[in-house]
Formats: sequence, C-alpha cells, structure tokens
Amino acid sequence: MVDETQSEEPLKVAPDEGRRDFLKSLATVPLLGAMAYGIYKKVNRERVRRNVSDVFKLEGYSPQILPIQRDGKKLRLGMIGFGIRGKLLLRSCGFAEPEYIEKLKEEARLNSKDTRYEMFCNQEDLNIEIAAVCDIFDTHAEAAMRAAANGSKEGANGRLGKLPKRYRNYLDLLSDPDIDAVIIATPDHWHGTMAIEAARRGKHVYLEKPMTWTVPETYAVRDAVRESGIVFQLGHQGRQTDSYVRAKEIIDKGYLGPVNLIEVCTNRNDPNGAWVYDIDASANSQTIDWSQFVPDERRLKEYYAYMKANKLERFMGPDPYEKFSLERFFRWRCWWDYSTGLSGDLLTHEYDAINQIMEVGIPYSATSSGGIYYFKDGRTVPDVLQTAFEFPDKNLTLLYSATQASSRQRGKVIMGHDASMELGNTLTIKVDSDSTRYKKKIEEGIIQPDVPFYNYIPGSDDVDAITSATELYFAQRGLLYTYVNGQRYNTTYLHIREWLECIRQGLIPSCNIDRAFEEAMTAHMGTRAYLEGRTMYWDKEKEEIVRG
Amino acid sequence: MKQRRQILYTKAQLFFLVLLRVLIGWHFLYEGLSKIFNPKWTSYGYLMDAQGFLGNFFHALADNPTSLGVVDFLNPIGLTLVGLSLVLGIAARFGAIGGIFLLALYYLSHIPYIGAEYLFPSEGSYLWVDKNVIEICALCLLMTFPTSGIIGLDRLLNRYWKKN
Repeated sequence: MVDETQSEEPLKVAPDEGRRDFLKSLATVPLLGAMAYGIYKKVNRERVRRNVSDVFKLEGYSPQILPIQRDGKKLRLGMIGFGIRGKLLLRSCGFAEPEYIEKLKEEARLNSKDTRYEMFCNQEDLNIEIAAVCDIFDTHAEAAMRAAANGSKEGANGRLGKLPKRYRNYLDLLSDPDIDAVIIATPDHWHGTMAIEAARRGKHVYLEKPMTWTVPETYAVRDAVRESGIVFQLGHQGRQTDSYVRAKEIIDKGYLGPVNLIEVCTNRNDPNGAWVYDIDASANSQTIDWSQFVPDERRLKEYYAYMKANKLERFMGPDPYEKFSLERFFRWRCWWDYSTGLSGDLLTHEYDAINQIMEVGIPYSATSSGGIYYFKDGRTVPDVLQTAFEFPDKNLTLLYSATQASSRQRGKVIMGHDASMELGNTLTIKVDSDSTRYKKKIEEGIIQPDVPFYNYIPGSDDVDAITSATELYFAQRGLLYTYVNGQRYNTTYLHIREWLECIRQGLIPSCNIDRAFEEAMTAHMGTRAYLEGRTMYWDKEKEEIVRG
Repeated sequence: MKQRRQILYTKAQLFFLVLLRVLIGWHFLYEGLSKIFNPKWTSYGYLMDAQGFLGNFFHALADNPTSLGVVDFLNPIGLTLVGLSLVLGIAARFGAIGGIFLLALYYLSHIPYIGAEYLFPSEGSYLWVDKNVIEICALCLLMTFPTSGIIGLDRLLNRYWKKN
C-alpha cells in the first residue's frame, strides 16, 4: 500500500508547463485510434464473412392476414360439438365460459407473467355471433351456451348476453335460416356427413380435421362443397404458422437443393396425448343422447363394406354400436369405429404442413406399419405408426413416424442435397458438408457446414442475416423475439379469421376443399396400408385408392 | 471547489494503476461500441435470464417495450461513456462511479448463488464472486488511487479549473 507521504522515488506532480504536461494529458488518446482500427477491421471481416447474398437471399415472405372488414356483415355462427377441441375453437373466436375466464384471471393474478387473460381480452373482435349450439351431451351443450352468450368476456359474476339456441340434432341447427356458417368439431365419424348436410343447406363450413372418416364420403364432401359454392376451411391451423411461410420461400428458391427425403413425426408420452381423456362425472345415459353418437347409416354402410370386404373385422368393435359406453364416448379416438387413428388425427397435421410448403399433393403410394405396443387398454387403433409416402414424380419420400409413449422431440426435417431444414415454430437450416451450391463458400470458410447456418425466429424482421451464436443460443431457449418485435397470434384464431373474412369477401381460404381432399385421401391411404398390411397406390386418373 | 491532494506514486505504481484504468476503460468502451454497431442487439435475453431477488424486476423491464427500449438505449451509451472516461482519463471519478453502477446491475441480475443456472455468462465457473464483482473492486481501487490528474485529460481540466 502506498503511503501519501512515503515513496521510493516521489514523482513530481506539480503543475508542469508546456509540452511534457500536454503529452501526459493526452498519453492514452492513441488507444482510441487502436480501438477504431480494431473495430474497422472487425466490422469489415464480419461483412465479408457473413456475406452469402449471392447464394442465399430472402425477400421475407410473411403470412397474409386479411383485415377484418368492420363494415362487413356480422356473421351468425352455429357450433356443432363442444368437447375439448370445440371449446378451444370457440375460445379462439373470443367466446369462453365465465368459469374459464375466471380461471384465467386468477392465474394472471397469481402469476404476473401469465398473459393469457390479457391476450384473450385484446384479441381483435371477429364480428360474429354464436347464434346456435348443438351437442349430444347436456353438460357440453350448456357450457357451449354459456360461452356463446359471453361475448363480453365476463368472469364468474358477470352478466351474460343473449343465450344461443340449443339444438339437440345437428340437422335442426343446419336447417335454421338464422345461421350463416357452422364450425364442426365432432368426432371423426361425423365430420363428412355434417359437412355435406351443411353445404347442401348453404352454410359455410369450418371443419375440424381430418375431413372424413370413410373414403367414399370424401368424394361426397368435395362434390357437396363444390356444388353449393360455400366457403370451406379445414381445421389445419398450422397453415397460419409464420415459419412455414419462410420455409416455403427457402425451398421455392432452391436453397436446400434437391429434396429427396422428409421426415415428420409425432411424439407424445402421456395418457392425454394417447387420447385417454377424463370422463365427465355428469355423463350418463340420461345426459348423453347415445343414439346420435352412432354413425350415420350411409357412413356405417361404407365402413362395414370396406372392413368386411378386406377381412378387417378384427379392427372393428369390439363393443357393438348400440352398447352405451362412457369410455367410447369420451375416448372415441381409440377405436376405428369412430376414429381415423394416428393417421387422421396427427399425421394429417404433418402432411398438411408439407403440402403447404411444397405442394406435394396426394402421394403415389403409402406403406404403413406399427401396432398397439404401449397402451394395451382395449383400443383398436395403433399407438405406434410408421407410414412412408412416395412421390416418384417429385423424387421424394415423406416418412411419418409416431409414438405415443415417448416425448422425445423430433422436428420436421427436410433433407436436401445442399442443406437440411428443421422446422417447428422456429426454422433452422444447416448447410450440408457435401453441398454443391455452397461448396465455394464452405471452402472459403464463409459457411461452416453442419452447424446452424440460418435460423428464423417468428417475429424477427431480420431476413438475411446469418444467425450469431448468441442469438441461436437464446432462440433455442425460446428467449428471443417472443414478446419483443413479433406480435403473438393464436394460429387457430388466425385460421378461423381467414375463413370468416373469405366468407365476407368472397375469397378462397388456404385449407380449402381441394387441399382437404388431398389431406383426407393421403390419410386414408396410410390407414388402409396399415389395416391391410400392404402398399396402397393412388390412381391419379381415376382418383382412386388402389392396391398393388 | 476544494482541490483533492494528488497522491504521490512510484513510477511502477503509476504505470500499473493507469494500465488498469485503461484496460477497464477499453473493456467498457468495446462492450458499448459493439452494441451500438449491432442494430440487432437487445438486452431482452440477458434481462429475461435474470434470477435472484431482483429477477422479477429485470423481467418486468424486459417485458415492457418502453422500459426495454430505454435499457437498450442507455446501456450501450453508458458503457461507451464510462469507457471513454477511463481510457482518456476525463472525469474519471464519475466514470468509475458509472461503471460501478452498471456492473452492480449486471451482478444483481446474475448473482452466482448456489443453484443458479444462467445462460450468461457462458464461460467460467463462479460461486458468489464473479468477474463483475472483481471489476467493481478494481474500479473502487481506481477511485481510491486516482491517476487521471497525472495521466489523462483531467490533468488539463484541473489546470483549467485552477486558472479560473
């Protein structure tokens, strides 16, 4: 420690005139020059190092959100089916039961970071009225009425608006002249029938996926929609995903090179994800109109005809349709008698995403395998499924792989000769070490292969820049841009909004009847390949699924 | 204005004290300029990564676009000014105080207590003490042993003050 009074060679610090004084004052200034030089060199190096615009340049396509026409007609909607998905759909429309809103408020109060209530309240009004509801389970129907009457988003003690009409049969709702359009969120075995009947009555349709339960009804739905001219939207809300639009731009521009293999997956690992849903305590044969849960006669005929002709009786039942069963009512996805299994329920989301991005259409062939390997609870649909779809005219295989007993995350991976893309809510591209397109850049050290080269984070307005390590680090942990630049949207809200605005403005929605037909046929090919244990082919001319 | 008495140093003492001041200044200055030159830079990730008793405060700063904008503006400017002050030896005492304030915020948002897991800093292993604390102590030391009146623009300023 230095003592003020003692030092070996005391330095004279008394005011010193002239040059020496001046030099001491400015002695450290040259360091600024050194820093300026360093920054100049570094910025230049970065500019050169990160310049890949000659091989990778994006325009930054973004999803088109149709503005809501404020002076447009208020549409009167009917809601058919108010189970798990029905509730979510109505909430996306801005209608929720007071008890649900109360729960959101409470959770926001307990946790200031829970912004769901705020988001729900701030969601732009869709200019609609839920005029009628229909559900064959009283508890669901009553909840639907409370939600429909709660357009003002009131909590437990709030005053509800006008109650909608409750119909006990979907045909009565569809015949109501005060209804312009319907949202159908029933089990799979009723999708097609209800859509056909709605179209025949001139009601616009938002239909949950998959479009159909049987193959013959798939043609009938398409015919009914085309003949009626209604606006039809299939419920693949993934169509509104920001990163898919960016993915399409990248693939259209050929930045991945030729793509020959795409891997898409479903991974879940809990009973809910395997469709073992809770059974409502108020459910019994008095509160459920079981007779309406049995499929429509025409569908039943088609189902029996196919299953029996191909000796697939072991996949039917095992309970007869007449037997009342709470398990089958709430967990209907577990039985082919009502369900389309993994193929219709989850593969369709993956397929539709790829169809959106690459416009692949119906595959040339489908080969499936799998089994009931974990949930041995009496179900007839598999809990593990692999389906390989071939598109020889596109030199492409689409491989779907699903398990309901492992939640390991596997994104959609689009593998190209020059680069591969991993796609989820974010998008990551890795350049291939053996790429032709990027060979020179790799040799020059400008592109490092096999590590993330480009990362797109929804909400980021950055188009061309290559991901920095820090940015990627944050992005992978979901920390960047989630709240900062990008306005967060619920994709289901956007999908319904697109449908409503297409009705008002006479436009065609993104997941229209042609895309829905492709989706349904592709899923049916996968299902039939699994059930029959052989490859299914698509006869393009005749538009038929045929056997090899 | 009461003039502080300048401490008498040996050449070696003066050399290392000035070196320490300039190096810390360089560190601040480049941290500031690198953020100013990077239009994509935001403190959002760093603030959201905060933990400890002030964690919620930092998260709230990040969550609000206005406060985040203020932080994103002030932090690089503050770092740059502190850096210039220490490198050039101008108003070095205030520069050191500013530096200590910024470092204290960084430390409080990322206290390396037992069980804390941060994304930042992404290098090194720390327990209670991290490089921010050490740099705070170094700045306290520089305030105790000022050098800008000997080597630095404060020397000229002091003369100006004396003349007037």
